[in-house]
Amino acid sequence: MEITFIDIKEFRQTMLQHRENGMDFMREMIGMDWNKEGLGAIYILENSSTHECVELAVRTANREKPQIPTVSDIWHIAELYEREVYDFYGIEFTGHPDMRRLYLRNDWVGHPLRKDYDPSEAINPIRLESETDEEAHRVYEIEEDKHLAEMVEKLKILHYDQYVINIGPQHPATHGVLRFRLSLEGEEVRKVDIRCGYIHRGIEKLCESKTYPQTLAFTDRLDYLSAHQNRHALCMCIENAMGLEVTERVQYIRTIMDELQRIDSHLLMFSCLAMDMGAITSFIYGFREREKVLDIMEEVTGGRLIQNYNIIGGVQADITPGFASKVKAYCADQKKRLKEYYDIFVNNVIFRNRSIGVGVLSLKDAISFGATGGTGRASGWACDVRKRHPYAMYGKVDFKEILHTGGDSYCRLLVRLEEIVESIGIIEQLIDNIPEGEYKTKTKPIIKLPEGRFFAAVEGSRGEFGVFIESHGDKTPYRMKFRPMGLPLIAAAQKIMKGCKIADLITIGASLDYVIPDIDR
Amino acid sequence: MLDFTTITTAIDRFLHSALPDWAATLTECALVAVCVIAAYLVFAIVMIFMERKVCAAFQCRLGPTRVGFWGVLQVFADVFKMLIKEIIEIKDSDRILYNLAPFLVIMSSLITFSCLPFAEGLQVLDFNIGVFFIMAASSFGILGILLAGWSSSNKFSMIGAMRSGGQMISYELSMGLCILTLVVLSGTMQISEIVETQTRGWFIIRGHIPAIIAFIIYIIAGNAETNRAPFDLPEAESELTAGFHTEYSGMGFGLFYVAEFMNMFIISGIASTLFLGGWAPLYIPGLEGFNEAMCWIPGIVWFLGKTFFVIWLMMWIRWTFPRMRIDQVLVLEWKYLVPIGLLNLLIMTICVVMGWTF
Repeated sequence: MEITFIDIKEFRQTMLQHRENGMDFMREMIGMDWNKEGLGAIYILENSSTHECVELAVRTANREKPQIPTVSDIWHIAELYEREVYDFYGIEFTGHPDMRRLYLRNDWVGHPLRKDYDPSEAINPIRLESETDEEAHRVYEIEEDKHLAEMVEKLKILHYDQYVINIGPQHPATHGVLRFRLSLEGEEVRKVDIRCGYIHRGIEKLCESKTYPQTLAFTDRLDYLSAHQNRHALCMCIENAMGLEVTERVQYIRTIMDELQRIDSHLLMFSCLAMDMGAITSFIYGFREREKVLDIMEEVTGGRLIQNYNIIGGVQADITPGFASKVKAYCADQKKRLKEYYDIFVNNVIFRNRSIGVGVLSLKDAISFGATGGTGRASGWACDVRKRHPYAMYGKVDFKEILHTGGDSYCRLLVRLEEIVESIGIIEQLIDNIPEGEYKTKTKPIIKLPEGRFFAAVEGSRGEFGVFIESHGDKTPYRMKFRPMGLPLIAAAQKIMKGCKIADLITIGASLDYVIPDIDR
Repeated sequence: MLDFTTITTAIDRFLHSALPDWAATLTECALVAVCVIAAYLVFAIVMIFMERKVCAAFQCRLGPTRVGFWGVLQVFADVFKMLIKEIIEIKDSDRILYNLAPFLVIMSSLITFSCLPFAEGLQVLDFNIGVFFIMAASSFGILGILLAGWSSSNKFSMIGAMRSGGQMISYELSMGLCILTLVVLSGTMQISEIVETQTRGWFIIRGHIPAIIAFIIYIIAGNAETNRAPFDLPEAESELTAGFHTEYSGMGFGLFYVAEFMNMFIISGIASTLFLGGWAPLYIPGLEGFNEAMCWIPGIVWFLGKTFFVIWLMMWIRWTFPRMRIDQVLVLEWKYLVPIGLLNLLIMTICVVMGWTF
C-alpha cells in the first residue's frame, strides 16, 4: 500500500478536493504513532462507483498537543473514527462537534495506543466506582490552537429535565453490551447517544506485542458471527505481505466456509429480528436451521462459534470425507425452509407494517457513514467486497449482488434472506469441484513481514472487514488495525433512530445487525 | 341433563337444618370462596402447563419433559420456586401501592372468574345485570397495572404501565360493543338466561354474520385486554425488559403471571358463554335424536371444552404473530374496530327487529 503524506496545512483543502473528485466512501481511518515523526492518521478513501482507492496520511510532530483538522463534516463516519483516534492517541481534531472519548472511561489517564503510554496500574487503577454521568452529558468542540483543557462547552447531549432512559448495557435487545442513552418524549425518541466500550479488550494494542500467528486468535473474537471471514482477512493480509501463494484447495475451502458462516450469521439475524419483534416461533425456526450449519462447522473445525480454522498458508485441518454430501444435503433443505420464513414472518402484515419505512437510511447517508454489508445494499449501494475487490474464489463463481432501494428495516431483512440463496448458490458451484492438493503451505517457524503497510479486506457477514498492518520488519506488527463492520452501522443508527418510537428503535437495531465485540475490539 | 342447583339446594337445606341462619350463610360464603379460589388455581396450573406444551408444539419442540411424567410437575416446581424467592423491596418505591398492585389485579380477575357459568346452576354470581358486572369488575384490574408501573420507581415500568393504560382502556370499548351486540340478540343481561336461551342454538349460529364479526372483534380485543402477543406491549420483553412488573420478584410477580393466565381463561370463558353457548350442548333443529344424545354430555364438559378451544386459539395467535407498535395498536382500535363494532351493533339490531335471526 502506497501512502501519500499531506502537509497538515493543506490537509482540509486536499480532503475536500478528494471528496469533490468522487471519493465519497471513507473506507478506513487508522490512528498512528510514528514515534519521532509524530502522531497522525491514515485515511483510505474510495470512489463508490469506480472503486478506485487513495491512501492518504497526515501527521503532526507535536506530541504534547497534537491537533489535526477534522473531516467529520465531509464524511459522517469520520465523527466516530476521529473520536476513536482521540481516545487511543490523544489527537484532537479541531472543529469536531463532539470530541469525547469513544471507548474508554472519561477518567482514563493517557492514551493507550501511543508508543510512550505507561500501562502501570498506579496510573490507571481498576476503578470500582461508576463513571459519573456529569461528564458524559457534555459535548466538546475544540477550536484551533486551544487545548482540550480550555475547550468550550458547546451544548449538552442530554439535559436533566428530559426523560432519559438507558437501553443497555444490559438489555435483551442490544445484542451485546452496547448502551443507548435515549431522551424520550412519550414513546418518541428525541435524541440518541451511543456509548460503546463495555467489551473493549484492546485487541489492537495486544496484537502489537504478539507474533503474527498469535494475532490470528483474536480475529475470531471480534465479530463472532464472521469468525471465518475475519480470520480469512488477516491470513490474506499476512500472506500477501509475505508473498505466499496458497493452494487452490485452500481457496475453495476458505470460500465455502466463508459462505457457510455468512448463512449462519444471516439466519441469526433473521431469528433475532423476529425475537426482538416478539415473534418467538420464527426465532426458533431460524435457529433450527442454524444448528445444522453449526454441526457442519463443528465437524470440520472442531468449534461451533469460535472455529480457529484459517492459519497463515492454509487451514488448520483438511475437510472431512463426508463434508461435501452433508453440505449439499443442508443446502437443499435450507432452500425449502426459506419459504417458511416468508410465510410465517416476512409476509406477515404486522411485521410489514412495523418495518416498511422504518429507519430509512438513504443511499447518500449509507455511503457517507460507510455502512457496508446488508445495510448498505438495502439502501441501493453496491458495496460488496466480493464484487468490488474480488478475492479467493469470488472472481470465478457466478453470483448476484442483492440490491434493494428502500433502505428501511424491511429491505435490510430481505437482503439478508436473499443473500442466503446466493450463498447457497456459491457453495453449490464449488462443493463438487474442490481440487486435490495441500490444505496448508509450510511456512517458516518465525514469520517476519517485510517493511511496509498492508491492507486486505473481505466481505464479512455484516459488511467490509479490513485488516491494516504496518510492519517494521519484526516478527510482531508495529500497528495492526481492524476495520470494524459495526461502528459505521451504529453511527448510522444514531441518525436514523431520531424521531422514531421505542419499538422502532429495537427494530432498527436488530435490522442493522451489529455485533458489539466487533465495534469495541 | 344434570342440574347443579339440586346439589346446591341440598347443601343449603342441610346447613340450615344444622346451623342457625347467620352461621349457615357464613359457612356457605366460606365454602364458595374456597371452591372459587381452588378452581382458580387449578385452572391457572392447567393453563400454564398447556401454554408450555402448545407453545412447544408450535415451535417444533417438546416442552417440559423432565419433572414428572411428560413434565406434568413442572408447574408445581415453578410455583414452589416462586414461593421461596426473596421479595425485593425497591428503593424509592411507594411501598403501599407497590404491594397493593398485584392484589388489585388478582382481585379483579377473581371476581370476574366467579361470574362464569360453569354448568347449569354452577355459578357463583348471577343477577340481572351480570354482563355489566363482568365488564366493570374486569376493568379495574388495569388500575393494579398502572399502580405497579407507577410505584416501582422505574422508568421502564412507567412506560409499560402507560402503554397498558392506553391499550386496555381503548380495547375495553370494543369488547363492550361486542358484548352489547350479543345482549341485543339475547334480550337479557343475566348470564344464566343468556346461556339458557342458547340451548336452542348457539348465538354464533343464530346471529350469523353480525355475531361472527362480533366474535372476531372480541377475540382481538380479548388478546389486547390480556396483554398477550401481538398486544404484549405493556411487558414487551425486548423493549422494556418486563414492563410494568419489571421490579416484582417472588409471588408479587407470580400473582401478575397467574392473573394474566386467568384473564385469558376468563376472556375465553365469556367468549364461550356469549358466542358458543356456554354449557349448552350442540343443538341442531330437527335432529331430535342427535340433540338428545348431546344432552347426555355434562354441561361442564361443554363449557370447558369450548373455553379451552378459545384459549388454544389465543395461544395460536400469540405464538405466531410479532408484536405491534403502540400507535398501530391504537389506530387499529379507534379507526377500525370501534367503527366496525358500532356498525355491527346497528346491523344486529336491525336483524333482531326484522327477525332475520335463526
